[in-house]
Amino acid sequence: MPSSASEPPASQPYDLAVIGAGPAGLAGAVTAAGLGLSVALLDASEHVGGQFYRHPAATLGAVRPEALHHDWAAFAGLRRGLEASGVSHLAGHHVWSVTGQDGDWAVHAVTGSDGGQERPVRVRARALLLATGASERQLPFPGWTLPGVVGAGGAQAMLKSGLVLPGRRVVVAGSGPLLLAVAGSLAAAGARVPAVVEASGYLRYARHPRVLATNPYKLVEAVVHGGALLRHRVRPLPRSAVVAAHGTDRVEAVTVARLDRDWRPVPGSRRRIACDALAVGHGLAPQIDLATALGCATRRTVDATAALVLGDGQETTVSGVWSAGETGGVGGSRLAIVEGELAALAIASRLDGQTELPQSRRAVRLRRGRDRMRAFADAMAAAHAPAPGWTQWLPDDTDVCRCEEVTAGRVREAVTDLGAGDARTVKLLTRAGMGWCQGRMCGAAVACLAARGGGPVPPPAERRPFAVPVTLGALAGLDADAAPGNPTDD
Amino acid sequence: MARTPAELVGAQPEPPFEITLDGRPVPALPGQTVAAALWSAGILAWRTTRVGGRPRGAFCGIGQCYDCLATINAVPNRRACLVPARPGDAITTQEGHGRAELSV
Ligand SMILES: Cc1cc2nc3c(=O)[nH]c(=O)nc-3n(C[C@H](O)[C@H](O)[C@H](O)COP(=O)(O)OP(=O)(O)OC[C@H]3O[C@@H](n4cnc5c(N)ncnc54)[C@H](O)[C@@H]3O)c2cc1C
Ligand code: FES
Repeated sequence: MPSSASEPPASQPYDLAVIGAGPAGLAGAVTAAGLGLSVALLDASEHVGGQFYRHPAATLGAVRPEALHHDWAAFAGLRRGLEASGVSHLAGHHVWSVTGQDGDWAVHAVTGSDGGQERPVRVRARALLLATGASERQLPFPGWTLPGVVGAGGAQAMLKSGLVLPGRRVVVAGSGPLLLAVAGSLAAAGARVPAVVEASGYLRYARHPRVLATNPYKLVEAVVHGGALLRHRVRPLPRSAVVAAHGTDRVEAVTVARLDRDWRPVPGSRRRIACDALAVGHGLAPQIDLATALGCATRRTVDATAALVLGDGQETTVSGVWSAGETGGVGGSRLAIVEGELAALAIASRLDGQTELPQSRRAVRLRRGRDRMRAFADAMAAAHAPAPGWTQWLPDDTDVCRCEEVTAGRVREAVTDLGAGDARTVKLLTRAGMGWCQGRMCGAAVACLAARGGGPVPPPAERRPFAVPVTLGALAGLDADAAPGNPTDD
Repeated sequence: MARTPAELVGAQPEPPFEITLDGRPVPALPGQTVAAALWSAGILAWRTTRVGGRPRGAFCGIGQCYDCLATINAVPNRRACLVPARPGDAITTQEGHGRAELSV
């Protein structure tokens, strides 16, 4: 049983504190407990599963929660593992800080559904596994603050946990493989999804046939999504973006434009699509605040997010702190599980006094799996990396910072007139990123504007022959032939 | 093909109860967050911004954006996408700051 152990005796630290009970943290905690470690597993949520395995509360009586997931069996296994383990699952614990040093960490949390009040808790542990996942990246456009415009992952999360939709006719837009999953689920749950608007294309997946071929699981996933889209008559619009949302008190329509290679809207390619909601997101960015506060080094990913630098055994650059899942670079739930397990093996061996990484068959197999899946994730990330031209769909009067209502014009002014060269200086000058969310929503956009529109440029494409199964091929083909559509100005 | 999310997962929820938004009754299912109950009722905004007075509701859906802040039973600045709905909860549209400062 997951004991609801609140605080361990002050004199007795846990062997391991795991922060985050998504696929990575769950796998790490269950594996570590299986190896004999005492483990505390903390998560802000009342439910385990993280973002991918979000599911309705028991009182909602879902008989088939797996209908919203394509890999439910793996989660069911982890959940059984957790129940059978001695892991102290500390649900509803919002971790706000970690202090200490190798061998003696203190994890500080507040409890409650939104962590706003209630009890402060401190959990001590000899080793630390950070598995805090990712958050969605947003690139602003006029109208993105209208009610009915929601994060793509956010719409997915609300659907999975609350069985609700933001509207009846939902356009899905942005960039990244998650959009296909979101469109598939929204449509399966009864929403009409007139279009999935993807700023990149699917063509470049097809240029990595070998990476794809070594990843049967991911292929299956893509096929599943591809099939679902056809069944629900969802129209993919590659190389396009929602450049405006319209409405007064809620979204009533969006304008979609074709994009050139640099993500600049193509003149004359605008068309309007009626909808009552828009689910939008430009991929995910690792959530690494706790780690960076501890001094863990980061690297720039191929799609211009910051991820933790990790060693072969998932250890960060701070001794005694390990990490698994999206924090080391976005790669999906399967990779998260493998990394969680691998981190647990490495931690157990370190706590046992070993200095070398474990070389067991299991460890070697996990490392291979991880490397293969990372390569695939990088190929995907490269295919969806934002190109600098996107700032052309951002007029001066559009709010960039949702919290402090700071417009693009004010940010640009700070950059050009006042010489701000980075997001930090822009923040000090304009308050962008200083509000409630602390720049989580506007950070990517502000960084691009501070780089004077010379934002992240995707790495050059490699030319490779197509060698992919039919649905991926179909997606790729769509990208190649997509016509500009009926240009109608809004 | 499913027409609703509940149909898709074969949900047999426990009986609904009532919460209110600015006095207006809204049904909620046990296990839903306040934001989910409001979405179910077709309500997408329950806050106005401090500077522009613009309507806002849930955006990120996972507790990170703070756009869904609501006053729940007289306590301001609660994230409606995280707080579970309870029978009789009185939600009020939050204008500007609400009152208390957030601690996290
Ligand atoms: C909104 C959203 C929706 C997504 N939907 C899908 C989807 O439908 N399909 C898909 O394949 N992928 C989806 N993803 C991608 C998802 O990141 C991965 O598939 C997978 O869940 C990653 O596993 P993880 O364990 O690394 O992180 P996560 O699953 O994100 O788990 C991280 C956990 O850490 C907890 N946490 C974070 N910070 C703290 C803190 N300070 N204190 C306490 N707890 C904390 C969180 O509550 C969360 O439970 C989504 C991502 C996001 C952001
Ligand atoms: S919707 Fe973002 S915090 Fe609630």
